[in-house]
Amino acid sequence: MISVLACQTAAEADAQLTERSRILGGGTLLMRDVNYGDQSFDRILRVTDPALRQIDLQGSRISIGAGVRMAQILALSELDFLHPVASKIGGPAIRAMATVGGNLFAEHPYGDFATALLALDAQVTWADGRSEALEALLTQRRRGGMVAAVSITKPAPGEFRYLKVTRTKPKGVSVMCIAALLRREGGRLGDVRVAYGAMGPTPLRAKAVEAALKGATLDASGIAPALARASDGITPPEDALASSWYRKEVLPVHLSRLLLSGGTY
Amino acid sequence: MSSVEFRKDLFADERDDTLKEIGKPTIRQDILGHVTGRTPFYDDHAFEGLLHMRCVRSPHHHANIRRVDASAAERMEGVVRVVMPSDVPVNLNTLLHLIGFGKDDEPLLADKKATYIGEPVCAVIATSERIAREACDALKVDWEVLPHVLDVEEALKPDAPSVNPAYPNNTFDYGRFDHQKLRFGDVQEGFVQSDVIVEHMYQMSPIEQAPMETCGAIAAPETNDRIVCYTATQAMFFSLGNTAKVMNMPSSRLHFVGGTVGGGFGGKVDSIVDMMAVLGAKLTGRAVKFQWDRAEEMQVGAPRGAERWYIKDGLSKDGRILARQFTGFFDGGAYTRLSSYAVQKCVGHLPGPYTIPNVAANVYLVYTNRTPATAMRGFGVTGVDFALECHMDKDAEAVGMDPIEFRILNAYRDGDMKAHRREAKNTALVECCQVAAQKAGWSLSPAMMGESSKLGSTPERAAIPETAIDQEGLIGARRQGEIPTAPAVRSTGTRPAGQRTDARVAVAPQVADMQIDPDRVGHQTKVAPTAPMSAPSTTPAPMAAVASAPSIPATPSPQPAFAPATSSPPPVTPAATESARETPFQRGVNRPGLSPFLSGRRRR
Amino acid sequence: MAKTPVTFTLNGASKSVFVEQGGNLLDELRRNVGDLSPKYGCGQGTCGACTVIVDGQPQLSCLTLSETIDGCDVQTTSGLANGPDLHPLQQAFMEGFAAQCGYCTAGMLMAAKVLLDRNPSPSREEVAEAISGNLCRCTGYEPIIDAILSAASGNLRRSS
Repeated sequence: MISVLACQTAAEADAQLTERSRILGGGTLLMRDVNYGDQSFDRILRVTDPALRQIDLQGSRISIGAGVRMAQILALSELDFLHPVASKIGGPAIRAMATVGGNLFAEHPYGDFATALLALDAQVTWADGRSEALEALLTQRRRGGMVAAVSITKPAPGEFRYLKVTRTKPKGVSVMCIAALLRREGGRLGDVRVAYGAMGPTPLRAKAVEAALKGATLDASGIAPALARASDGITPPEDALASSWYRKEVLPVHLSRLLLSGGTY
Repeated sequence: MSSVEFRKDLFADERDDTLKEIGKPTIRQDILGHVTGRTPFYDDHAFEGLLHMRCVRSPHHHANIRRVDASAAERMEGVVRVVMPSDVPVNLNTLLHLIGFGKDDEPLLADKKATYIGEPVCAVIATSERIAREACDALKVDWEVLPHVLDVEEALKPDAPSVNPAYPNNTFDYGRFDHQKLRFGDVQEGFVQSDVIVEHMYQMSPIEQAPMETCGAIAAPETNDRIVCYTATQAMFFSLGNTAKVMNMPSSRLHFVGGTVGGGFGGKVDSIVDMMAVLGAKLTGRAVKFQWDRAEEMQVGAPRGAERWYIKDGLSKDGRILARQFTGFFDGGAYTRLSSYAVQKCVGHLPGPYTIPNVAANVYLVYTNRTPATAMRGFGVTGVDFALECHMDKDAEAVGMDPIEFRILNAYRDGDMKAHRREAKNTALVECCQVAAQKAGWSLSPAMMGESSKLGSTPERAAIPETAIDQEGLIGARRQGEIPTAPAVRSTGTRPAGQRTDARVAVAPQVADMQIDPDRVGHQTKVAPTAPMSAPSTTPAPMAAVASAPSIPATPSPQPAFAPATSSPPPVTPAATESARETPFQRGVNRPGLSPFLSGRRRR
Repeated sequence: MAKTPVTFTLNGASKSVFVEQGGNLLDELRRNVGDLSPKYGCGQGTCGACTVIVDGQPQLSCLTLSETIDGCDVQTTSGLANGPDLHPLQQAFMEGFAAQCGYCTAGMLMAAKVLLDRNPSPSREEVAEAISGNLCRCTGYEPIIDAILSAASGNLRRSS
């Protein structure tokens, strides 16, 4: 049987977290597991702290509470660069429920928002006050702990690009998604971050592509070396949406569209 | 708004233009319930203390069940009953036993071995769905994994694992053969006469019906020792009859309530959920719900089966199809369900809407360790049509013809004889091709635009040709050694021209009052003024003809017919001829004095 | 297992119930409260048949932990009509043949209502987007989109 514990604060939930407890975000993944009789947990921790639902635009970095819904992101014009990401997650009901914090822990093929955050070099703030890069969290998601917020630096206009490949439109689960932060230096690309979603067990960075793009020009010949290394070190998953082979095969095509045409599908 | 264009100029003389509803906006009679959320689906009935039933399912394609340990599950709080195969009164059934077609081959709960992933081996009835799930997890089955086969052609090899004990050769029995034969003319002779041979393979995946409402039923004890069953079934009396058999209970003790189906598309014919819920209610004396979740619906819900087709055509240089040969495999999965019927339906459909003088087909229903396959929207016909029409394009290319003109050239015309020895009537493919070409801006030659479905039949096209027959593929022969699956290259004899084949008759009804009096079964006898080909006495409606066969044998025939047996249509029967009346009546119109529950004509 | 008291508003009426821990809003509405209009289609957020409106937002009741609706305003298709007077969406669905089996209809109507409450004159694309989380297997989406558009435009026959 399942029990539910309501916690006033993220810290309280963090302290209650055990091997057989799960934290409720929007419920879109956790309640599915409950409904299907997942026996790996028997306690749900529900955090009622309204602070988790806040978005702070005041500081140098944008801070997004772990309990912020996709629909909240879409309602803020200051976060317009994230709208192409959030608007393609589920249908309206899922977007009204699904949280930013939950997305960081979503299993393949979900986790589009985390992919975008990874490209944006997000920092994660844990409920106990620690802070670390999202990339570190993603390498070891199972270790437990409650995330309180994520923070990002707002990219300059046009710097952030996102593309999601789906079988169905307007709503579909990722065959893959690609997010890129394309910082410029002079007429060329400077430090670049590229992240893939649905191309591995978690969202992951395409470091070979990043290296190949540094100093390149954003045109067909400039990105060619990056495309050649698009799937370096990547073993895409096999699922009902696409085979591993297919994902690998079409990756350079979609990456090139993202880089050359801004990548809106 | 979507629009429908009516081409009433076509065949105008064959039809009274008295349509009152078609083409006019109408409001569905049940839609007020839908938009107000008040339409009662099976799950919209409340019962105090409703129990929930769930199945323990096989994680293996093929495995012996050594032992089931239910002790931990039985001890769990909230578990009311663990249901074992021995609790099922008649634990072997085939859905079409109701019409005497096929052998009992499927247990409701597998007791000896599981033959596909998801096959139920036992069930738990508990006070909540969650507890039922937890108890299912706690039930331990000791499996001995067996080799499995997932491909239809692999399954026909002599050394393939045997899937279904009732059909140890992995094929359904069609008469004496392990496949359904269709023979018309002599294909080998046709190939000899041909200038071009076109041969290809096609296949189609299984397709899940995926109704919005998953399959389910709630059963509860009712007055007078009856059990009421609210069900999502799309085949009420089918479910009733099959549940009565499995429960070994007269159907008068089962009160089935349904008719509101949250989407079926063929996936709600198989009656499994009804049997499970009724079994649960019988064993516990309480209201029990058995509902598939979405994962079960997708995994164990019987899909339209996969099909594989080899088609070989012989063509003359001028684009006539002279011979067409099929080798077809239906993947029935582990048990028969309705796939046996799909094969019959399919063979009746061959060789497609074309007049071809020589046709041969071998069509197999093959058992594999996959989810049993069943009905879905035109099953038996859609897969082969896909293959056929792809093949028609390749044929057209091979003889250098426009693909639409190629179809018009070969399309059957009113009065032509089809390969299953029925006269083609009310044909309209020529006109469909012409209109489709027009709509697509595709130009056809004036000659082809001048063709008509009503013209072009000749005495030769209308005749049944001398037919080459063979004895290859007797049941079990394939186990003894590999023999080809395609129609035999050498015939062992001929059937004279003009001869129809022996009638197969259905088994005698179990209950005398189920015998349909031929006189009570009508068929449309209306003769269109300009289409004199439909003489009323020659070809009664298929089902009516089967039912009205004059002599039902006392002992069940070894070759019972369900569908009109394709290579052997029933003969003209005097009874059917006599039932033709002066004034035609149509479907839904009853003859005076007859039961209001018998409609004039039954169609599938 | 202890149950949790929850108070919420359902279609304007106050409801106080004891919910099962770990239970979802769909079961709660259907089994305890007796509102059968939201339907079970998948239990995993794929189909939208259980869509209800919580505080003005579309929400999947099968994925909503019951106790999280304490203090919320919940609307379902049962409350869409005003007595015998149908909501324009209901009228439009009837006139436009926007339902066949009817199993997805209650969820569709909820998704459509959220859209029209926010955007009374949506484009065809906006309508398609608004119902993108709701699957239909029989009618097809075109008549449903047409019906929502005609409800928005007020272009109803209001006959029969």
